[in-house]
Amino acid sequence: MSIENNVLVKLNNVGLKQNQKWLVQGVSLQVEKGKIVTLIGPNGSGKSTTAKIALGFYKNIEGNVEKYTSNIGYVPQKISIDWTLPLRVNDLMLLTENLSDEVINESLTLTGVKHLKDKSLANLSGGEFQRVLLARAISKKPDLLVLDEPVQGVDFTGEIELYELIKELSLKLNCGILLISHDLHTVMSATDHVVCLNGHVCCCGSPSEVAKNSEYKALFGEQASQTLAIYEHKHDHVHTTDGEIKKK
Amino acid sequence: MLDDFFIRALVAGIGIAFVAGPLGCFVVWRRLSYFGDTLAHSALLGVTIAYSLEFNIAVSIFLISSVIALILIQLQRKTNLPSDALLGLLAHSSLAVGLVVIGFLTFIRFDIMGLLFGDILAVNKKDLFIIWFGGALILITLKIIWKPLFASTVNYELAEAEGLNPDRAKAVFTVLLAAIIAISIKLVGVLLITGMLIIPTAMARNLSDNPQKMVIFSIIGGLLSVFIGLFSSLEFNTPSGPSIIAAALVLFIFSLLKVKQTIQLKN
Repeated sequence: MSIENNVLVKLNNVGLKQNQKWLVQGVSLQVEKGKIVTLIGPNGSGKSTTAKIALGFYKNIEGNVEKYTSNIGYVPQKISIDWTLPLRVNDLMLLTENLSDEVINESLTLTGVKHLKDKSLANLSGGEFQRVLLARAISKKPDLLVLDEPVQGVDFTGEIELYELIKELSLKLNCGILLISHDLHTVMSATDHVVCLNGHVCCCGSPSEVAKNSEYKALFGEQASQTLAIYEHKHDHVHTTDGEIKKK
Repeated sequence: MLDDFFIRALVAGIGIAFVAGPLGCFVVWRRLSYFGDTLAHSALLGVTIAYSLEFNIAVSIFLISSVIALILIQLQRKTNLPSDALLGLLAHSSLAVGLVVIGFLTFIRFDIMGLLFGDILAVNKKDLFIIWFGGALILITLKIIWKPLFASTVNYELAEAEGLNPDRAKAVFTVLLAAIIAISIKLVGVLLITGMLIIPTAMARNLSDNPQKMVIFSIIGGLLSVFIGLFSSLEFNTPSGPSIIAAALVLFIFSLLKVKQTIQLKN
């Protein structure tokens, strides 16, 4: 752990060049304990690359990365599992860590997919699979969570639930979260610090600061700055993922 | 008891089956069948070197296969050729060089058929020691690298991100593949070792819904293949390698019935 404060990972002016082309350049950011940092930006703006630099995937980067933890949970943007490998949800949960049954059940319950524990991964829908991946990443109680579009393919109500869960986790586990997301609505409501990327850092700051920034408006359009009006209307019940109705 | 050649072959086969099961699973999962083949082909060169320098065959094969694996990794980095072309290049050129060298070694009588297809009579007590001792070492090492190797087989980036060092596990696994080829060459032969690795595993895939089961079933499949294969080799006087592989094929065909049933159940 860093001595001065709660910094988990710090990127100092990092950049990556591949095939004579800069994928991303001049990015500085840091993730602290209990804080959520979100990367936003258009396709190809270097969001995933930045996350991977933070994870230490690349050797030939410019700038440097200071990492103060090795207890990391990761949800990659794309994961394809070869079906020559028979894998159940439970096997995936045990992939990088030896966890007790209780911990596995607890994490799967949190993301709403406990009923899928013994199912084969091949039979899951995209959204279910995404929930399992998130459960796997949080199950080892990491210091740092790196989530690359963790709710892609999840239904709309589920999406909000999961973002709430992510926010809750950052407080409960006191872990830092580096989040990549397309969904400006939720991002703007559940984030401590936003970094808007487009090959370089366009602007960054608290959600309200970024929403007012002219570069942000230029990138996402005038409408996007209204996104602080958070999705808020109340139901008296929720639908759990196995189809049951639960009164609030 | 070990004085009987058939018992020796059986004990050797059992040892090989225990090691081939788990390694074979990774060969299938990581799509390395042709890579295994390439290492096995290069083994012939190892045999000729062993004969000409009067060196231990298993050690010589192990070294040559490891060198070929290293050359492959270098070629993959430095050329623009696709992996399958490089594998083909190495497999056939090392087989060819091996056979040419045999042609020069006229002063030694070679049983080429035995080298290519295995020989039930060839297994001596020293080989048994190498198979069981080497096999135990292979399994212990595999157990140690299991977690990073398995995690990176499922998803390389996950394993890397969460600090499991997948590249080291991959390198160690390559060495283990070279090792099993070295210890099983006498019984199964150069051309059929990959079959011993992947056919029982393919059978196991048809019967399993999780990785542990698949490993266990592929060991059982390997053991059954060895028993059936060696008994028929004795009975019909056929070479041991092809008999074992043919038995494995029959088991695989039976396992297809189970797949058919599950598909019908799903519909």
